[in-house]
Amino acid sequence: MTAAAPPKSKRPAAGPRREYHFPRFERRKLENGLELIVAPVTKLPLVTVAVLVDAGAVCDAAGREGTAQLVAKLLIEGTEKSDGGELADRFEQLGASIDAHADWDVAVITVTALADRIPAAFDLLGEVLRTPAFRQREVERLKAERQAELLQLRTEPRGLADELFTRFLYTPASRFARPEGGDEASVEAIEREHILTFYEARYVPAAITVIAAGDITAARAEEMTRRALGDWSAPPAARIVADDLPARRDRAVHIIAKTDAPQSELRIGHVGIPRNHPDFFPVNVMNAVLGGLFNSRINLNLREAHGYTYGAFSAFEWRRQAGPFAVHTAVKSDVTDAAAREILGEIDRMRAVAISPEELSLATSYLEGVFPIRFETTTAIASALASVALHGLPDDYYDRYRDRVRAITAEQILEAAQRYLHPDALQMVVVGDPATVRAPLDGMHFGPIRLYDALGRPTT
Amino acid sequence: MRIPIETFRLPNGLFVTLSEDHTAPIVAVNLWYHVGSANERPGRTGFAHLFEHMLFQGSEDVGANEHFELVQRAGGTLNGSTWLERTNYFETVPSNQLELALWLEANRMGKLLPAMTQQKLDTQRDVVMNERRWSMDNQPYGTWTEKLPALCFPPEHPFHHSLMGSMADLTAASLDDVGQFFSTYYTPDNAVLSIAGDFEPAAARRFVETHFGRIPRGAGKPALPDMSLPPVFGQWKREVVPDDIMLPRLFLAFRSPAFGSEEYFAASVCGAVLGLRNGSRLRRRLVRDRQIAAEASAFTFDLSKGADLLVVDAVARPGVAAEQLEQEVAFEIDLVQRDGVDEVEVARAKAVINTMFVSSLQEAAERADRLSMFATYFGEPSRVNDEPDRYQSVTTDDVNAFVRERLGEDNRASLLYVPRENSPGELVGAGAAAEER
Repeated sequence: MTAAAPPKSKRPAAGPRREYHFPRFERRKLENGLELIVAPVTKLPLVTVAVLVDAGAVCDAAGREGTAQLVAKLLIEGTEKSDGGELADRFEQLGASIDAHADWDVAVITVTALADRIPAAFDLLGEVLRTPAFRQREVERLKAERQAELLQLRTEPRGLADELFTRFLYTPASRFARPEGGDEASVEAIEREHILTFYEARYVPAAITVIAAGDITAARAEEMTRRALGDWSAPPAARIVADDLPARRDRAVHIIAKTDAPQSELRIGHVGIPRNHPDFFPVNVMNAVLGGLFNSRINLNLREAHGYTYGAFSAFEWRRQAGPFAVHTAVKSDVTDAAAREILGEIDRMRAVAISPEELSLATSYLEGVFPIRFETTTAIASALASVALHGLPDDYYDRYRDRVRAITAEQILEAAQRYLHPDALQMVVVGDPATVRAPLDGMHFGPIRLYDALGRPTT
Repeated sequence: MRIPIETFRLPNGLFVTLSEDHTAPIVAVNLWYHVGSANERPGRTGFAHLFEHMLFQGSEDVGANEHFELVQRAGGTLNGSTWLERTNYFETVPSNQLELALWLEANRMGKLLPAMTQQKLDTQRDVVMNERRWSMDNQPYGTWTEKLPALCFPPEHPFHHSLMGSMADLTAASLDDVGQFFSTYYTPDNAVLSIAGDFEPAAARRFVETHFGRIPRGAGKPALPDMSLPPVFGQWKREVVPDDIMLPRLFLAFRSPAFGSEEYFAASVCGAVLGLRNGSRLRRRLVRDRQIAAEASAFTFDLSKGADLLVVDAVARPGVAAEQLEQEVAFEIDLVQRDGVDEVEVARAKAVINTMFVSSLQEAAERADRLSMFATYFGEPSRVNDEPDRYQSVTTDDVNAFVRERLGEDNRASLLYVPRENSPGELVGAGAAAEER
């Protein structure tokens, strides 16, 4: 007689779900046009202040791409009162973390500090925003650091693939076709006077939203904002709209040579849609199924079924104008064409048949359930509110988010795939070893193949 | 500020820590197994990490990749990671899904082996080899994570060999090896389970007892060899690595007191003085004032057994040759040694560390992870609450005592990356040296 097999362990059912709502927030507006959004959250004695300035990379003048990034970074490299080292010390003696950078749409200056240090940190923020010194020495140093970054990129396959993918995606006239932080020539062309002109034109109260999240009341935040920035006045700046047209309507393969590379960095995609698009929700859920989740079709196929890669995912990059849609992965060099074929197959399948109810519920229940986990920190809450401000989302956006996700149907996803995935317009970028990848890619008949060096200069 | 902590131990040896916080309806589950690459035998390197992958391949009642699917369907996030001294697995889920997360962890702790197959092992071996290519072989400077411990720890020391393991060892791994590794180390008495966030302690305890209670205790694991080491290297160790890079980069390591020891806190504050954030000594001197480096930072490995490493990491500015980078970093360290650090620098470092500590406690996952860490390494989860005071009580004299004892020439290890001959970076990075040829 054999012992009976142990009973199968039963999966526990979920208990009753506890209510959650996104932190309540309040808006205020100062007379000089500056907007304030405050989300009081008293979990820990911590506050994040994020200052959004309508001064992103899309505002760069042609030929001087990289100015927006330099201006943002230079804000915390010295004020009239303190040089850069001293300024860093003044923030850090408060224990405050400070970061300044520009993305495509906006410049963001973020400070996180313990609540009792926030008044002092706020005053420092005011000093940084209103009296930056832009010392020649620091301008030169940050330009040189950007040049060093660009140099590093030539042997960094991931960054190189990302950067060249967007370059090949957009029409050469588009700001999006040049790197966010500028390239070798454009950064070289930026002089201190360009920095000053950019700052004076774009860093004005009417172009600024101050966001405070954490252990702070709206009244206190307003008082501090007024003290630091209330008497600042300057004429408003015009909104700049980036051109987001694609470079070409047909497929092409762009191979960037990295001799003997053991892996190919692969990007396959096309121009996507703007963030503030009526079909944002169906597109987002569609992408979750295609390549957004660990258990997405693309990752399960490339990683778990084939072992081609450590990971593969797809993403729409959200900007005010249409950012890229891309599948990202790195695969062993000798399976580059096989992996590309699987990706194309998954994109086609997404457009051919409706997803199963199980796939739909996996994506929607994930997005719905993970919602409260996304907002545990003051930085995450501030960043969520930054999206509200930047994209003009309605104030009840986060309150309605889960209902909208839940309402998505398989038919809507099929429609989104058919409408917003464009197999005929896909661009493929491969950073890899041409000797290994070129012939097999040729055999795919995906589109014309061009070869480039690590600077993106054509070599054929 | 302190977080609440409750602990208990199951009869099978599983140690459990609980920390309640009801501000959001989410809960983090975190499991540390006290096994890492340090426990591997020669010829079987990379096992601990390969194993971490296998733990997502299903167990008796969970299909391959279903672990991911079930947690994501429940609205949770999850992952695992491997380190020299431990392997951890964690998920954050809506609080009404706590039991599911615990059941999943218990199922793979108790019933992993029936679900293992050769095919799963083969696929995950391919995935791991691709992880190695991605994170190390095809990434500039990517090999530093294995070269630096190899340089700093003697060949027979458990921290010497690569965490990712050698490709040859991975290829040789059999299903039997996997089974044996599992039975030895993945046992309740070799694990700590932490739960942080929105839960009722009585219910959590009941779930833990129900799902983990019947898993048998292990037969014990082989003891690690003596991990202790002299306080200093005894010489300046050097290794030069030609790589496909554009700019030279130096990792300068110092043997330092083990994580969690009394002396560790001075070493950690010293690291922050040297290279944490923009106001740090090396950022100011090397990046801002003298413009030798494009980037500079410093950090500790946080190894709890034998000895830790304090590491300075600097990337050369274009035009600065590798030898010059090494000399200039050493020059700055010599200055620190000669003159010490001052009160203002130490105050800055401590203020930044304190804010980082409070920030990190915002996330349930981070609270659970720290509880597991202190329980695994020291059997004292309450250390999480003592950390701020222990940092704040570090004095400038403490830091300078550490500096005098540990930053000297007899305790340095340089891992210097130089652009490989014929690589595009050679002309840019190697400066004068290239022109001479």
